[in-house]
Amino acid sequence: MSDEEDDLILSELNDEELTEQMMDDLYDGLKEEIEEAVQILLDRNWTPYDILTKSLVAGMQIVGDDFRDGILFVPEVLRAAQAMKGGMAILKPLLVETGAPKMGKMVIGTVKGDIHDIGKNLVAMMMEGAGFEIIDLGINTEAENYIGTAEREGADIIGMSALLTTTMPYMKTVIESLSEQGLRDKYIVLCGGAPLNEEFGNAIGADAYCDDAAIAVETAKKLVAARHNQV
Amino acid sequence: MKPIDTISDEALRDENLRDQGLGETGTGKTLVIACGALAREVLAVIEMNALEHLTLTCLPAILHNEPTKIPAAVERAVTEHRADYDQILVAYGDCGTGGQLQTLCDRLGVTMIDAPHCYAFFDGMEVFTTRDEPTTFYLTDFLARQFDTFVWKPLGLDRYPDLLPMYFGNYEKLVYLAQTEDEGLTDVAREAAERLRLRFERRFTGYGDLGRFLVDSQRD
Ligand code: B12
Repeated sequence: MSDEEDDLILSELNDEELTEQMMDDLYDGLKEEIEEAVQILLDRNWTPYDILTKSLVAGMQIVGDDFRDGILFVPEVLRAAQAMKGGMAILKPLLVETGAPKMGKMVIGTVKGDIHDIGKNLVAMMMEGAGFEIIDLGINTEAENYIGTAEREGADIIGMSALLTTTMPYMKTVIESLSEQGLRDKYIVLCGGAPLNEEFGNAIGADAYCDDAAIAVETAKKLVAARHNQV
Repeated sequence: MKPIDTISDEALRDENLRDQGLGETGTGKTLVIACGALAREVLAVIEMNALEHLTLTCLPAILHNEPTKIPAAVERAVTEHRADYDQILVAYGDCGTGGQLQTLCDRLGVTMIDAPHCYAFFDGMEVFTTRDEPTTFYLTDFLARQFDTFVWKPLGLDRYPDLLPMYFGNYEKLVYLAQTEDEGLTDVAREAAERLRLRFERRFTGYGDLGRFLVDSQRD
């Protein structure tokens, strides 16, 4: 980091400069700077929703794209996610109060036997940033837990993540279990994780496989809208 | 092609196996295309069982960190060597290719190891599939020696030690699947567990299904 950046006083930047700076800071995984900048924008009467979408989500999208293109690697993505999480923690209670748009509810978790959660957490955060309510079941998630929680919470979407060849097939178990209980059509089922692909998503009967968090958000919005148009 | 007993220590240096792989070694008419992380292990099995029909070549072990590149690299190697050998064996598991490597091997008509990754085939598929230890992180001989290059640094733990709980917070123990009896290496693996703040366990596996895979090729 250069001295110049060290000396930067965030509160002296105008709105445009500050949001630009926030995207840089997010990219560099600077959690404290992000938290400070979020607070400054709140003090300037920005709505929590605008702060979220115009700085944090927008910045994280760049991180996601550069990860996909092999410019950024796992540690950098993880640090950026941590920084965004810091900002989100400030905004989340305020988003509820200020009635930000509600897109739908998603239950998400990494499947049984698998405890990789970096990708899953990223998807959860970006979905949250896009206005979805998220119930995160964490790792090593059993079918009963996905389905029971979705039923209890009245979720629209069930999201499953798997990073291991040995745990991918469990997604099919969950979908079959949904079908057996006559619940398959009640939920939009999304799946993801590095070793998966579209073909696999189709084969297990998911509604969609998503390559990354940005696509997950897009797909979820599209499928939820299509479903609303049906009824 | 070099006879196996003339192979230099330099060629088998971990850094070379990691970044370059290994050129054809052996005089047999069956070629084993293996992950660089298995070079010493394949050679040991060949020597122990006098598998003179085998020749070994390795792809860079570092591909392990970007598994989507493995199928193309294997395909290139098969195409390059096909004409010179009677048979080709691929000493890889799925390794996170999501079934792509198996699809490729089926298409090329070559045999690979039927296992998700090397931890499973060293342990032995039969036992591994019954082990219910999702909160375990595994090391092999190669990975114990190369812990910094394959685990610590790619995860950025050298630069950002505070990420440790985010990576390993849900893990409980590190199991070192040992291919050889080597006290020094056991200490290295134990130290890795300490750095990851995980409980340490050593499990001697020998060469597991890798050994069987290579020995069985004799009968074909
Ligand atoms: C980081 C990592 C780890 C970390 C995990 C830390 C954590 N808290 O998650 C550590 C080091 C602890 C680890 C452990 C293990 N790992 Co690991 N790991 C990886 C690695 C390098 C990156 C995964 C990652 O986090 N990527 C970053 C995120 C952002 O990307 P992502 O997960 O793909 O998620 C994106 C998309 O896929 C999608 N997505 C993901 N989930 C979802 C869900 C939904 C609903 C949607 C819509 C989209 C979506 O959106 C995300 C964001 O863009 C991969 C290799 C690789 N390049 O994939 C190996 C890899 C997955 N691991 C592997 C293995 C073998 C293991 C271990 C068994 C290794 C061991 N030595 O013991 C253990 C497994 C333990 C267990 N039971 O889970 C293998 C799998 C091989 C196989 N045949 O299955 C891989 C492929 C490495 C390899 N080539 O060997 N691992």
